[in-house]
Amino acid sequence: MNPVYYLYLAALLFTIGATGVLIRRNAIVVFMCIELMLNACNLAFVVFSRMHGNLDGQIIAFFTMVVAAAEVVVGLAIIVSLFRTRHSASVDDASLMKL
Amino acid sequence: MNAENLIALLIAAPLLGAAVLLVGGRRLDAAGHWIGTILSTTSFVFGVILFADLLGRNADDRTLMQHLYTWVPVAGFQADVTFRLDQLSMTFVLLITGVGSLIHLYSVGYMEHDERRRRFFGYLNLFLAAMLLLVLADNYLLLYVGWEGVGLASYLLIGFWQHKPSAATAAKKAFLVNRVGDMGLSIAIMLMFTTFGTFAFGPVLSHVTDASEGRLTAIGLLLLLAACGKSAQVPLQSWLGDAMEGPTPVSALIHAATMVTAGVYLIVRSGAIFNAAPDAQLVVTVVGAVTLLFGAIVGCAKDDIKKALAGSTMSQIGYMVLAAGLGPIGYVFAIMHLVTHGFFKAGLFLGAGSVMHGMNDEVDMRKFGGLRKYMPVTFITFGLGYLAIIGFPGLSGFFSKDKIIEAAFAKGGTEGWILGTCALVGAAITAFYMTRVMLMTFFGEKRWQPDEHGHEPHPHESPKVMTIPMIVLAIGSVFAGGFFSIGDRFLHWLEPITGHSEGDSPISAGVVTGATMVCLVIGVGIAYLQYGRRPVPAVAPRGSLLTRAARRDLLQDDFNHVVLVRGGEHLTRSLVYVDHTLVDGVVNGTAAGFGGLSGRLRKLQNGYARSYAVSMFGGAALLVAATLLMRAV
Repeated sequence: MNPVYYLYLAALLFTIGATGVLIRRNAIVVFMCIELMLNACNLAFVVFSRMHGNLDGQIIAFFTMVVAAAEVVVGLAIIVSLFRTRHSASVDDASLMKL
Repeated sequence: MNAENLIALLIAAPLLGAAVLLVGGRRLDAAGHWIGTILSTTSFVFGVILFADLLGRNADDRTLMQHLYTWVPVAGFQADVTFRLDQLSMTFVLLITGVGSLIHLYSVGYMEHDERRRRFFGYLNLFLAAMLLLVLADNYLLLYVGWEGVGLASYLLIGFWQHKPSAATAAKKAFLVNRVGDMGLSIAIMLMFTTFGTFAFGPVLSHVTDASEGRLTAIGLLLLLAACGKSAQVPLQSWLGDAMEGPTPVSALIHAATMVTAGVYLIVRSGAIFNAAPDAQLVVTVVGAVTLLFGAIVGCAKDDIKKALAGSTMSQIGYMVLAAGLGPIGYVFAIMHLVTHGFFKAGLFLGAGSVMHGMNDEVDMRKFGGLRKYMPVTFITFGLGYLAIIGFPGLSGFFSKDKIIEAAFAKGGTEGWILGTCALVGAAITAFYMTRVMLMTFFGEKRWQPDEHGHEPHPHESPKVMTIPMIVLAIGSVFAGGFFSIGDRFLHWLEPITGHSEGDSPISAGVVTGATMVCLVIGVGIAYLQYGRRPVPAVAPRGSLLTRAARRDLLQDDFNHVVLVRGGEHLTRSLVYVDHTLVDGVVNGTAAGFGGLSGRLRKLQNGYARSYAVSMFGGAALLVAATLLMRAV
């Protein structure tokens, strides 16, 4: 099967993620969209690894997963504390640094 | 002790006096005037000793130099404090210290009731020191120091009665007008430095031929500008009349006998430059001729005795400048007239001061009259000064002025005729206005009235301390001219410095003398008909257009006001306008532009995470697009 199709899929997933980041207000959803973009990138790395016949892309994909896991920890913590102070998970409500 | 070493002491004595009197404070109030007088006399004694020393030498060997120290020791710019005493500066030293000491003595009496008398003597001594520095300097830079020093002393002394607004204004006016001339002198010195690489008299004046004539003409004209300012010549003459606000001894010493003649000294000293620049010389003679008529006309119309004498001073210095502009034909006679004028004009001013002293400081001649009975000594000394200035045969003015008129004719050609005629007409007007002053003050009926407080003046003769200097000056006015002229003593004395040539007069000396006598008789006659035969009205009649113009100093202040003051105001106003609109506009506009721009940019920082995300995606998309585009190309 032609690996280019996987690239198209990765681009599609990335676009969906980006669109979600830009248009959704719910912080959890925005967060999941970011995860979607990261995973689209991972998919693309793996495809490139396969296409070029070396393992660099797959190693990078592991790194990305580590970063994503760390990001999840920090991001969810921020969202929880935002919700505690503002009683809302909307990113637009958090437009000021102060309360 | 070598004679050279005395030169610095000439200056040091009055300078010490100025320092002691001005720094010493009130504890010197009781003795200050005598300290000042003694130190100025000391300077005169040094002057006489040096004069005797010079007389004992050969005519070619009469230049003494004293190098005191190097003032500016910079490579390529050597300025020394060196004094040069030659026949020319010796003449000035004797005039300055001699007349100066007499006037110090006179001031002891004149300023007796002034509580700031000590300060007055301090300023007088400061003036003497600066004036001596001016005439003794061996380079133009040092001369400039003295030049500014006398300007400062003149400013301080004109405004000595600073509580009078008129005196304070007059002092400022004199200072400002003098600045114009001083600027000319400073630029002339700079030009000399760029042309000759030095400004010492010796090298500059002996290398005149190295420079182009245009350069020399420029230097000459700038020196003339300086002389115009200091010597109150047209067009910078307007300050002298107002300078009479100062105490009368100041008018006598500074604004008649010495400082105002500094311009003549400058021209004669720089004679080599003028000799090589005929165009500049021509301008000098024109300035002199115009001023001698201008001052004389102003002198005819003034009712203020000091202002009439001030007009006369202007006119007489006009004669000197005219003579100095004639070149070697006239240098000697310019200086000779300067010296005799120093005697008789100082005497006349002291006489006027004596009259004022006896008349409660009244200066209006229409309120004098018949004073000869009350002040016999003043009358006789003033009368002798009067005869000297109008050129009565045998007295000082006769010899010196007659020589100048002869020299003017000897210039030759049309110029000679024009200049000579101006000088002759000036002699007639001089006779007229001086006779007018004499008749209005000392002859006729008494015209004084009680003032608003009911005090009637009681004219009385001045104390001896004032009359003695007047008598000495009167003796000088009578005999100096004859003493100088008989055997051409003065000519032989100054000739090694200034040079001399006879010129070719189209008319003989006898005819000139005859014509001068005719002018004298005409002037005196008209004045007698107008002021001697008829009583003098106590209130000035309206007078002709010329009289009214002359009372306003021939509209000099109006002219200055319209052309310079009004023009200056317009200039500054338009500059302020440009500053407010253009300069401030650019500055404020830039600030407002940045302010507005940042106001716009601030809106981008709205705090919405999604809008930042859009910018980020947009930026990333642009980068990717740019990369792809570069690849494609």
